[in-house]
Amino acid sequence: MTETTEAVSVKTHRATPSRRGPSPTGDSPRVPGSRGRTLRRATPWLFLAAPLALLITFTYVPVGNMIYYSFTDWDGISPDRNFTGLDNYVQIFTRPELFRVFFVSVYYLAASAVQIVIALYFATVLSFDLRFRNLFKGLLFFPYLINGVAIGFVFLYFFQDGGTLDTVLSWFGQNPGHAWLGDPGSANTSLAGVSVWRYTGLNFVLFLGAIQSIPGELYEAAQLDGATRWQQFRHIIAPSIRPVLSLSVILAISGSLAVFEIPWIMTGGATGTSTFVIQTVKLAFQFNKTGLASAAAVVLLLIILLITWIQRRLVPDEKVDLV
Amino acid sequence: MGKTRTLTGAFLTIATLTVTGCSGSGAPSAETASAPADASTASGTITVLTQRTDLIKSGAMKAYAAEFNKVYPKIEVKFEGLTDYEGEVKIRMNTDKYGDVLMIPGAVAKNDYPKFFAPLGSSIEMSDKYRFSDKSEVNGKTYGIAQFGTANGFVYNKALWKRAGVTAWPRTPEEFIADLRAIKSKTGSTPYYTNFKDGWPLVQWSANIGSVTCSEEANNKLAGPVSPWKSGSELAVIDSLLFDIVKDGLSEKDPSTTNWEASKSKLAKGEIGSMMVGSWAISQMRDAAEKAGKNPDDIGYMPVPVQREEGQCATLVSDYQQAVNIHSDHKEAARAWIDWFTDKSGYSAKEGAVPTLKSAPMPDTLKEFVDNDVTFVERSESKTGAVNDIDKAAEIGLNTPDYRQKLVDIARGAQKGTAESYFAELNKKWDEAAKTIGS
Repeated sequence: MTETTEAVSVKTHRATPSRRGPSPTGDSPRVPGSRGRTLRRATPWLFLAAPLALLITFTYVPVGNMIYYSFTDWDGISPDRNFTGLDNYVQIFTRPELFRVFFVSVYYLAASAVQIVIALYFATVLSFDLRFRNLFKGLLFFPYLINGVAIGFVFLYFFQDGGTLDTVLSWFGQNPGHAWLGDPGSANTSLAGVSVWRYTGLNFVLFLGAIQSIPGELYEAAQLDGATRWQQFRHIIAPSIRPVLSLSVILAISGSLAVFEIPWIMTGGATGTSTFVIQTVKLAFQFNKTGLASAAAVVLLLIILLITWIQRRLVPDEKVDLV
Repeated sequence: MGKTRTLTGAFLTIATLTVTGCSGSGAPSAETASAPADASTASGTITVLTQRTDLIKSGAMKAYAAEFNKVYPKIEVKFEGLTDYEGEVKIRMNTDKYGDVLMIPGAVAKNDYPKFFAPLGSSIEMSDKYRFSDKSEVNGKTYGIAQFGTANGFVYNKALWKRAGVTAWPRTPEEFIADLRAIKSKTGSTPYYTNFKDGWPLVQWSANIGSVTCSEEANNKLAGPVSPWKSGSELAVIDSLLFDIVKDGLSEKDPSTTNWEASKSKLAKGEIGSMMVGSWAISQMRDAAEKAGKNPDDIGYMPVPVQREEGQCATLVSDYQQAVNIHSDHKEAARAWIDWFTDKSGYSAKEGAVPTLKSAPMPDTLKEFVDNDVTFVERSESKTGAVNDIDKAAEIGLNTPDYRQKLVDIARGAQKGTAESYFAELNKKWDEAAKTIGS
């Protein structure tokens, strides 16, 4: 897609001088506007100056700093820091326990799969005419609007011994008496469940938007041909929302690797619920190993970039052609 | 090509900014922050950073400042309360502006004190007058004065223990466990509450290093590859006690959702038998008892259940230490505030804490300890810097909840292992870290 745009713009550029008239040298019309031309060239940059300044100050400088810290033994507070070269990176890759926390991400990966399926299901159902459609849309999107800290606290009470979940289960005669956040397996499952509850709304809205951009005639035509709802989904909806779907998958994977808020608030990483980011935060702020933590952050960044790149390779971004 | 050039430009900008960001400020003068000679003429506006947002809100801090102004009329004191004290101050300390008086955050390495704080005097002089002064001693100078100190042990509900038929303090860990069993079987209350979820109450166990062997040097002895969890050592006794409590099911059923605020009234009501917290918590517990309509005198405090020839021991450890910012423009005024607040304000008495001033009496909250001849062990902190370095390098965290949370998890079977295997692992980590740091 980008290639086409570039080609078009090149063409217009070339076309400009010819439109200016029959000047053999092409110099004369430029004379009065030479200053104006530089100004015109600078215009986009002037517009860009503010956002670029913000971007550089708040994104690239901190990232640059972080990369710099990752080569030092800085403790995060001392005015002195020593350059230690690749030492931090060597440590990260030679200490298996630092990588073990990625297993926790598997729970969240599985949860993201569930989340995408649920979101896709509801987006499809609610894109057809249905009673109380907007109400359901609102209900599904609502959790995403709540602050993550609040969600953490709400679910802390939900999972507590004798809390909401146990109460609801007891209505059905079930009394498991289980400490939901008490052992690593059920704690991680519970936390991943909370994350599904929270983020389904976002996926749902993305899918719904994509589905609603499909022209209605397609469904009519399909219905005339006797296609079932499943067939409509399979052959119309799924292919046309593919870009959004693949975007969601990328977000889900990078999100699963970088889970932080929910486990941090609910368990603080205790009972085997520590994720890579929690571990990094602990390295930086509990053990004052800012250098090592920066290196860990850089490694996480690289891993996510790598996964995104592989995924873009495997599932290239095709142009969707509906008609 | 245009793209490459822009990118290079951007990276150059970043590089320059990064480099300039690192060239630190020049070394500030290290003159001693001494109290002003003449109280009536000393002047300046000082900012005091504090973690006690509650006291600022209730106006108690302002009242202290008003009292202070009676002595020093020309010094204006402003307070800044920080909810996440450690986190915020740590970041602010990368600049020059971190108040005039502040509590030394735990994150600052002891050897860095001279870079951040003005010295308050020679440590020999200071130690004559104040407790805990060696905690902030670097090269013969003291950099901080403790707000107050705490004694350490278990807070417990006397009425509940009596109902279970226990009247005397347990003298050994085995007796303690037996008493907790009695509480569980006879009253049905939770004998011990870990406060696992909040984490920091688990850290309180570390404050008892020294209570077991009655040694002032207990903490200093950890500086080196000494396998701190070998059998019979301070940490092994303390942590085994916690482990056994949890393993025998004498703690709360679901530790992952505990709640500190709620635990206070639960203890007051006798739903919880005991908790390990510093003596600072006694007055809070008594408040909670009053609010719950119970008798505040039911709240008792007992030392770690280890009997030695000297009797039972309880460590005294320092709370936050107040220091003067080395970049402060009003060091005299700042010092005047610290001295007045520590010596004359009555703050520690009001908090029911151990006074920093050696000449001041022990608070009412520790009356039982005094009456029962509990030996107060004022723990030396002269090697804390080295101990902390090892602790951080080993990533164990004596002062963070993580390793004890794992211990509790193992004890209740949520994670694999035994006390022995975990202690062996900790010993190994500690010794290796000590060796790498020592080399």
